[in-house]
Amino acid sequence: MSEQLSSEAVAHIARLARLEITAEESATYAGQLSAILEHVEAVRRLDTAGVPPTSHALELRNVLRADEPRPCLERDEVLSGAPRAEDGRFLVPRILGEEP
Amino acid sequence: MTPPVGGATEIAARVRAGELSAASVLDEALAAIEARDRELHCFNSLMGERARERATEIDRMVGAGQDPGSLAGVPVALKDNICTRAAPTTCSSRILEGWTPPYDATVVRRLAAAGALLVGKTNLDEFAMGSSTENSATGPTRNPWDTSRVPGGSSGGSAAAVAAGMVPVALGSDTGGSIRQPAALCGVVGVKPTYGVVSRYGLVAFASSLDQIGPFALTVADAAAVLEAIAGHDEMDSTSLERAAPRCSEVLDDGADGLRVGVVSDFLADASPDCASAVRSAAEVLAAAGAKVDDVALPELLHGLSAYYLIAPAEASSNLARYDGVRYGLRVDAPDVETMNARTRAAGFGAEVKRRVMLGTYVLSAGYYDAYYAQAQRVRTIVARAFARAYGHFDVLLAPTTPSVAFAFGAKTDDPLEMYLADLFTIPTNLAGHPAMSVPFALGEAGLPVGVQVLAPALGEREMFRAAAVVEAGAPPGVRGPVGTRSAR
Repeated sequence: MSEQLSSEAVAHIARLARLEITAEESATYAGQLSAILEHVEAVRRLDTAGVPPTSHALELRNVLRADEPRPCLERDEVLSGAPRAEDGRFLVPRILGEEP
Repeated sequence: MTPPVGGATEIAARVRAGELSAASVLDEALAAIEARDRELHCFNSLMGERARERATEIDRMVGAGQDPGSLAGVPVALKDNICTRAAPTTCSSRILEGWTPPYDATVVRRLAAAGALLVGKTNLDEFAMGSSTENSATGPTRNPWDTSRVPGGSSGGSAAAVAAGMVPVALGSDTGGSIRQPAALCGVVGVKPTYGVVSRYGLVAFASSLDQIGPFALTVADAAAVLEAIAGHDEMDSTSLERAAPRCSEVLDDGADGLRVGVVSDFLADASPDCASAVRSAAEVLAAAGAKVDDVALPELLHGLSAYYLIAPAEASSNLARYDGVRYGLRVDAPDVETMNARTRAAGFGAEVKRRVMLGTYVLSAGYYDAYYAQAQRVRTIVARAFARAYGHFDVLLAPTTPSVAFAFGAKTDDPLEMYLADLFTIPTNLAGHPAMSVPFALGEAGLPVGVQVLAPALGEREMFRAAAVVEAGAPPGVRGPVGTRSAR
């Protein structure tokens, strides 16, 4: 039997994924995600003893370059795409619990 | 109606020879878009001004006896997940509304350097997640062969724009079939190159171990010309292979004599009769041209779909973490940063993106990682080994691109799994990092186009194009775009 996700489990996953969802949405996603997990159950049961995992199809090697300064993206142009910026930095609401 | 735009290599040859002005080619493309895009919605935005400046420059160069490049004056559309400096790049998502990238993708710079005219950004399933272009915040693209049907996806706008004769060439991205599947459904050529052959610098990341950029074109020769212009090593992409672009144009007249072709028999059983019989007919064309054709059983490939729907969402959940209301596009204000993140993402992402982000988050979470993600990676090895076994005996493989012809709007939107099955035959290639391409070969149910898929081992692009050229030459007339807009049939 495959994993059946409850609405509560989906609400927890949504919190981990930083997605605000309603109770109604949790129920819908619980059904859909459970159906997907049921479909992949066959793969979960495949005998893969001794088979190494592949994280990348073709062999990767570390890529290094000389540590020399060179031009990068224009700061102001990058910041102009942000919802809010101030003094050359991204501006966000408070991160810690205390009042500003 | 007669499509106004010819093929890419033909346009470039005439522009370079001074017989045709780049400005007039651009005018025709923009007029075709103006005439038909209200109905088809292939484009999210146009870059007419930038293209016009470029066209003027190209015509000046030709006049001065200079060569503007291999794609001189060729109008090209870009999938809207490829970054263009100072021009909107939305990924068809509300979360990137209003954002303009501070740089051009490497493929954009290379196309421009080859003399191409970048005319606009095409519609896609949000963040390239989907197989119908219905998951777009800007609305669906319609299939020019039958406007009551989907163009496929996720690069549906690019495929439909080429099929409708608006542009002779477009770029897409293929993570699980997002170039080949819409190419098949729209009756155009679509190529997914070997992983690492085309730089992904400036391609908005979906599943980084699978994503690859490739061309759509009207003909195999045009696709080869575009691939040659965009491929080759790029130090800005650490996964870029250190080799020159594969020279595919030179092998197009080589024929199939002696080529060993394997027909993936397991896929034929899962395809509709029209798609399966197209593969059989294409195999006969190759055999008649001197290829040695045999069936090959590769049942392991059918496990690819399930492995993909664990691996791709896992990578997506990580890649899409960056859309948090801080650096790009949309922000929904809230008193603290975590609530701001969660509300921004809730408002900015559509249902399919949320589904995949949550699925990916779940399969990567503590206690489930081994059962799902690590297991899927082992299955990825099994798929790669099955291909390796086949390529011990064959130079290329032949398979259907899709299980059926283009389906109706709404036919698969209620059941995510049903939609995922549209990629059953294209996904294994991405898991293995191999090249594959779809070539229009027949008309199937309701007179809609059917594509045949040619697959090759890593860096087997030349053999793949060789076989594709033979298949294309053996296809009956009328099976490919450009096509005038038709309503439901």
